[in-house]
Amino acid sequence: MSDPVIEATGLTKRYNGVAVVNGISFSVGRGEIFGLLGPNGAGKTTTILMLLGLTDISDGKARVLGCDPVREPLQVKRQVGYMPDQVGFYDNLTAAENLRYTARLMGFDRVEREEKISASLRHVGLADVTDRRVSTFSRGMRQRLGLAEILMKEAQIAILDEPTSGLDPQATLELLNIIRDLKLRGVSVLLSSHLLDRVQSVCDRVALFNQGNIALIGSVSELGREVLGGGFHVEVEAEGQGIAERLAAVPGVQKVDQAGANRWRLTSDHDVRPEAASAAVAAGGRLFRLSVEEPSLEAIYTQYFETHEGARHAT
Amino acid sequence: MRREGSALNGFGVVMLKEIADHFSSIIVTVLLAGVTAVAIAVVYLGIGPIKDTVSGLAIRDYPFLFLLLFSRSSLPVALPTLLSQALVPWFAIALGFDAVNGEHNQRTLSRILSQPIYRDALLFGKFAAGLFTLALTFIMLWLMIIGLGLYGLGLPPNAEEMARALVLLVITIVYGGLWFAMALLFSIVFRSAAAALVVSIGLWAFVTFVWPWVAAFLTASVTTPNNVIDFLQTNQAFARLSPVALYDEIVTIVLDPSVHSAQQPLVDSYLSRFGLRAIEPGSVPGSPIPLLQSVLIVWPQIVGLVAGTIVLFVVGYIVFQRQEVRA
Repeated sequence: MSDPVIEATGLTKRYNGVAVVNGISFSVGRGEIFGLLGPNGAGKTTTILMLLGLTDISDGKARVLGCDPVREPLQVKRQVGYMPDQVGFYDNLTAAENLRYTARLMGFDRVEREEKISASLRHVGLADVTDRRVSTFSRGMRQRLGLAEILMKEAQIAILDEPTSGLDPQATLELLNIIRDLKLRGVSVLLSSHLLDRVQSVCDRVALFNQGNIALIGSVSELGREVLGGGFHVEVEAEGQGIAERLAAVPGVQKVDQAGANRWRLTSDHDVRPEAASAAVAAGGRLFRLSVEEPSLEAIYTQYFETHEGARHAT
Repeated sequence: MRREGSALNGFGVVMLKEIADHFSSIIVTVLLAGVTAVAIAVVYLGIGPIKDTVSGLAIRDYPFLFLLLFSRSSLPVALPTLLSQALVPWFAIALGFDAVNGEHNQRTLSRILSQPIYRDALLFGKFAAGLFTLALTFIMLWLMIIGLGLYGLGLPPNAEEMARALVLLVITIVYGGLWFAMALLFSIVFRSAAAALVVSIGLWAFVTFVWPWVAAFLTASVTTPNNVIDFLQTNQAFARLSPVALYDEIVTIVLDPSVHSAQQPLVDSYLSRFGLRAIEPGSVPGSPIPLLQSVLIVWPQIVGLVAGTIVLFVVGYIVFQRQEVRA
């Protein structure tokens, strides 16, 4: 990858001799949205804390924007915005006061500070609650305030730990839009989540965590091809004689499974909907439905851990 | 390995924010009201006895009448006792018991520490802000007592009295710092603010009320009852392990220029039971000694208080540096 902003090589964290993160390596390119995905306790947050210099690295090396987070933590923290899991703010202060405090810690002068605070609050849609105490904020508003802080910091990298957990679908959508917007501004984003389908839509590449190791790494479609074999699943619902044989004969189709009465599931290397439709019609059948499944992270994840179940328990 | 940048980056920002928090908190407001009430009560109830004293004796016979305002009054307890046993510890504990675990529980700690500051700045800032708040409160109490005393007694304090009162103020702030450092330590060690509060209050009750009994018990077990001086000195040595005893001793001696040694108040109170009085070799009994002499007598006790504060803070600092950020 050209111009990586985050590079981890053999990153390891041990607590009392037990490896929580076990020699993981990955890199995040500039302007990329990279997802660390996996169940709770898989080592995602620990990895993030090591990258920020907030916890010691037991072994291995991390580079963030060319800096070592252990030796130059201030340099790293100056350029990286971090939103922790269930981000907290001072309840007795207003949204603007909370941001003012961190803006002071960042070292902005007064004029710069006030401009940035109002601009970033406007950007995340909190302009009309600027002077309301954070204690009255919903979960989604707090998360957005967390993103406002990162915007205000003009960070080159945004590290978001479980940004969508605990949010309703509407709030999740809004948050994902702000994250996409960060990317448009040239910010590289590293986010962690255990909710696979929600983040699938925003991530350029993902790393699947399992028990302190990275099991898989790549873009969602790459992983789909790798784990699920064929990339595409097409479902055909049609009535008629000999349809299954006709469908199997379509070029590109690897497998035909009967998914129910008059329902077939095709595994293929490309989207075969047009060919499948004409095949069904040519067989004299009545076509009711035709649909294609994008490879979903959920499916990739489940499939991967089903086939690696033994390995998972062995560790 | 050298760290980049200053450990105190952001120290001032943290301190100002914490001070603002303290003065807008309900606990501090209530305690400030309490301190005001104490000042008024001390002066109001203190003036009467002093006036009685004055009428019986000329000012040149006892030039330290103003100090009596601090050391004696017809309150159920004298001001120094009230300060050492209740006001100062309570105030310091109220300021400190949720200083660090509050950041954990509000989930603000990792967000704040991901800003370009070291943990040092956060802890130093919190400690400085607590000390500043304590100092400001006791300066307020001190000024109110002096102001109301001036008004009520119609008698200006002389330079020596002002100097002694100032030493009392400084010692009280140091003593507050010790209790604050303890509360801060517990706020680091215990993740629950309630646990930190209960342990702080428990320790306060122990060193204030239980320790004197323990000290007497220990003394009885290591001394023979027929050597009174040995008994008194051993008891004092054990009692001094409590900061309350140290503070009381310092204040007794600083506020009373007629005390010539650290043992004198003890021996005096023992002998007075038999209507006797000790005379220090080479001194005129009851004659005042200069402030510097008084301070020199209690210098070890003052050093003890400062050292205790530093030790508690350093232990807290080390624990905090090694603590994991995540909840």
